[in-house]
Amino acid sequence: MKVKVNVYLKTGILDPQGKAVHHALDVLGFAGLKDVRIGKQIVLDLDVASEEAAKAEATEMAKKLLVNQVTEEFDIEIVR
Amino acid sequence: MNVAIIQSPGTNCERDTEFAFNKLGCKSTIVWHSETSLPAKTDLVVVAGGFSYGDYLRSGAIAQFSPVMQAVRAYAEKGGMVLGICNGFQILLEMGLLPGAMRRNQGLHFISKYHHLKVVSTNNTFLGKMNVDDIVNIPIAHAEGNYYIDAAGLKSLYDNDQVLLQYCDAEGHISNPNGSIDAIAGICNKNKNVFGLMPHPERAVDTKVLATDGAKMLKGFL
Repeated sequence: MKVKVNVYLKTGILDPQGKAVHHALDVLGFAGLKDVRIGKQIVLDLDVASEEAAKAEATEMAKKLLVNQVTEEFDIEIVR
Repeated sequence: MNVAIIQSPGTNCERDTEFAFNKLGCKSTIVWHSETSLPAKTDLVVVAGGFSYGDYLRSGAIAQFSPVMQAVRAYAEKGGMVLGICNGFQILLEMGLLPGAMRRNQGLHFISKYHHLKVVSTNNTFLGKMNVDDIVNIPIAHAEGNYYIDAAGLKSLYDNDQVLLQYCDAEGHISNPNGSIDAIAGICNKNKNVFGLMPHPERAVDTKVLATDGAKMLKGFL
């Protein structure tokens, strides 16, 4: 079963990459852009029986290694 | 004094660190990441700088789980002296041995240059032989040195004398190269046996590289 772990910088944590891309999009003439935040997506292929088990396993992996909870937050998506 | 220098795949400052401590009269041993224990009679562990495990995922995120780092954690928890320089600092943050986290530099660039630092606290072994407000000029070389800690954590750092070094200019005025909270360049833990800094004192110990301020700092451990 495939699971996506989406990792974002917490609100209020400066995102320099997002800022740089925001600036570039402004320069390209895209109007009305309020904010750009850049995160990352980690796709896991898990050998588990249920969606609940997949979610639990991915959450544990996120907390242990994939996410630094001082600066980042995450959500988990089951790929159907 | 016996110094154990931790080397992971991608570490690149272990030789400079060995050179620096040997020059100060220590006996240094480089310890590979797959070792499960530290050399007997280790007086100081230095987690050297570089790009452990290619900085994959986040700087220091993977190195924290290497076999030797479990020995370093046990050593630190028993009160042993541990110094993390640059990537070593990032690893100690990821391990939770030091509070806070690193973000990418505010200006997005990798910064490699000499930078002045101001001593904020000398109430610790590392900087105990220096004076508050002493200014040193040593190299910095990092892309992720933008230190972050939340407001409560920052207050706790100051309350317990854990802020060791701030980036400044030659006159000692705060000058922040990377966006770190309060221009913090180095901290220690509450027990004052685990130290981390982004600048590289081990690269400034010889007049041939035009700078010896790093030696002044590392002497604290002798």
